[in-house]
Amino acid sequence: MFDLDRWREIFQSINKNKLRSALSGFTVAFAILLFTLLFGIVSGLSNTFKDAFVDDAQNSMFVRVWRTTKPFKGLQKGRAIQLTNEEYNYVTDEYGKKIQFKTARIYKNFNIKYRNKANNYNVRAVHPDHQYLEKTKVYEGRYLIGRDLKEKAKVIVIGRLIKEDLFGERPALGKRLNVNGISYKIVGIYSDDGGDNEERIAYIPVTTAQMIYGNNDHISQIFLGYNPNLNLDQAVAFGNQLERDLRKKLDIHPDDQSALSVRNMAEANKNVGQFMGILYAIVILVGSGTLIAGIIGISNIMIFIIKERTKEFGIRKALGAKPSSIVAMVVQESILITTIAGYLGLSLGTYILSLIGDSLEDDYFIKDPSVSPTIVVGATIVLIIAGLIAGYLPAKKAANIKPIVALSAD
Amino acid sequence: MIKIENLHKSYPIGKDSLHVLKGLDLHIKEGEFVSIMGSSGSGKSTLLNIVGLLDTHDEGKYYLNGQLIKDLNEKKAAILRNKFLGFVFQSFNLISYKTALENVALPLYYKGMGRKERLKIALEYLEKVGLKDWAEHLPNELSGGQKQRVAIARALVTKPKVVLADEPTGALDSTTTDSVMDLLKEINDEGMTVFVITHEEEVAAQTKRIVRLRDGVIISDKLTQQAKAV
Ligand SMILES: Nc1ncnc2c1ncn2[C@@H]1O[C@H](COP(=O)(O)OP(=O)(O)OP(=O)(O)O)[C@@H](O)[C@H]1O
Ligand SMILES: [Mg+2]
Repeated sequence: MFDLDRWREIFQSINKNKLRSALSGFTVAFAILLFTLLFGIVSGLSNTFKDAFVDDAQNSMFVRVWRTTKPFKGLQKGRAIQLTNEEYNYVTDEYGKKIQFKTARIYKNFNIKYRNKANNYNVRAVHPDHQYLEKTKVYEGRYLIGRDLKEKAKVIVIGRLIKEDLFGERPALGKRLNVNGISYKIVGIYSDDGGDNEERIAYIPVTTAQMIYGNNDHISQIFLGYNPNLNLDQAVAFGNQLERDLRKKLDIHPDDQSALSVRNMAEANKNVGQFMGILYAIVILVGSGTLIAGIIGISNIMIFIIKERTKEFGIRKALGAKPSSIVAMVVQESILITTIAGYLGLSLGTYILSLIGDSLEDDYFIKDPSVSPTIVVGATIVLIIAGLIAGYLPAKKAANIKPIVALSAD
Repeated sequence: MIKIENLHKSYPIGKDSLHVLKGLDLHIKEGEFVSIMGSSGSGKSTLLNIVGLLDTHDEGKYYLNGQLIKDLNEKKAAILRNKFLGFVFQSFNLISYKTALENVALPLYYKGMGRKERLKIALEYLEKVGLKDWAEHLPNELSGGQKQRVAIARALVTKPKVVLADEPTGALDSTTTDSVMDLLKEINDEGMTVFVITHEEEVAAQTKRIVRLRDGVIISDKLTQQAKAV
């Protein structure tokens, strides 16, 4: 392998026969290029889909209510449905084992003021688990805790941008905010990956909100994280069961989607998973097709090259070349060309992908297309092995032709 | 050096087979300069190729340098060729993308000699055939006579025991034929066994022994004036 003289022979043969070297190199480079682009684009698609769901926990479930659209048990349609602590407790008691995180949500919009600065912000009244469901990252202070709820404390956790709006660079933790005329103490500041809007929200204890604003036990939504030990099918079934139970409990027609529905990430995940599965199946099909085409291409070219060189091999053998040295020469040349060409195709492919970058994100849902080095290296190895086999078989045959037959070839 | 007993060779042609060599006996001693003559198709090349281990025989015995040639695989044949034999072909058979010097050096590469040394030796042999100034030229930049001299230098570079030449002057005019024959005589004078096929009586007359072949059998085997002159 590291016989310098043999490499010299190979370089000379490649160099003096540029056309045929370029030809075989081009086949490989092109196959790898297509392969790279293909995988890159699919990974871009997959990035887009992953991104769409990264904000909330993957296992989240929302129970939402609105108005009935179907009369049921003598009740008119058009009735507004209201969730209360009772449903919340029912869900958490009944399905405790299937639930990892649980929280209620009450949506409010308040004018929040600090000294002479004020703004309207969305305020959510929640339970402590909300932090995990929304993937809220508290970077100063703490999130809401059980004691806040028990004491109905007037504490508030604000987003990074609320803090910037009202305090600028000055410290905010421990300061008191005027929320619609009532004073809340800032106990935490958080950041969130979900974008700007997610960082302009303030969180207060659900119990505090129920006491101060209406003095009732109403809640707007129930937000759950199902037990991650459930598989997708079990999770979907759980969501459906929850939906049925709650409709029954609130005297809602079993098919009234508008009155009460459970939005289950498991279903979305399942769909996305299926979609990605199909996509990858197609890619593997097309990708291996490309590779096989490349392999067949190299094989054909190698057969052609070796045929063309049969006479040369005959001469070399007459001069004392062993068959093994001829085989080694051809195979090494083949590997060298496939490796260099594969690398070129790969570089060109990744370069094109980097040019594409995020420019196709809006129109084609392709975000940050790229290929993992493992896949590409794997593909190149496949091609090298193909080059090896493609070179080996015909070279072996040619090397064992009687020299006299090889010499008379033309 | 070369000893052949009752040598037979047939080529399969479809279902039939063509019996080309029909029981040859031939003994060539070291240092001889032998020519083979005979009409086209009489089996001259077939004989030379068997002697040169480029082809195999069907029946009979062939000893090269005292070694019985039997069931050789390509690898062993390659080693023997490299060690004992040098070839000169009618159509030169130079490698087109290699310079004259590299062509001459190639057998030494297969001997396992280092690059520097083999290029040095190759250059000496090119000088010997009068082509030192053409060392860096590619074959297609050389005349027929020059190509054949390069081929002879290549055949000699490993100092083989036997040089086999199949119509080495067949593609050359009379002047270049003479220069090639002078070279062959010279190396024979140095003690190498030379075995040539030729159609030309004048060429054969310059060797020391003429073997005539007809339809696969030897019909005459005589020493020439040259041999008697020595
Ligand atoms: N590979 C082969 N397959 C079949 N027949 C062959 C083969 N090589 C030679 N022959 C036949 O064997 C016979 C002898 O051929 P050979 O080449 O030895 O003749 P030759 O004496 O060298 O003739 P020439 O003077 O034309 O070179 C010819 O009839 C030829 O057609
Ligand atoms: Mg002949």
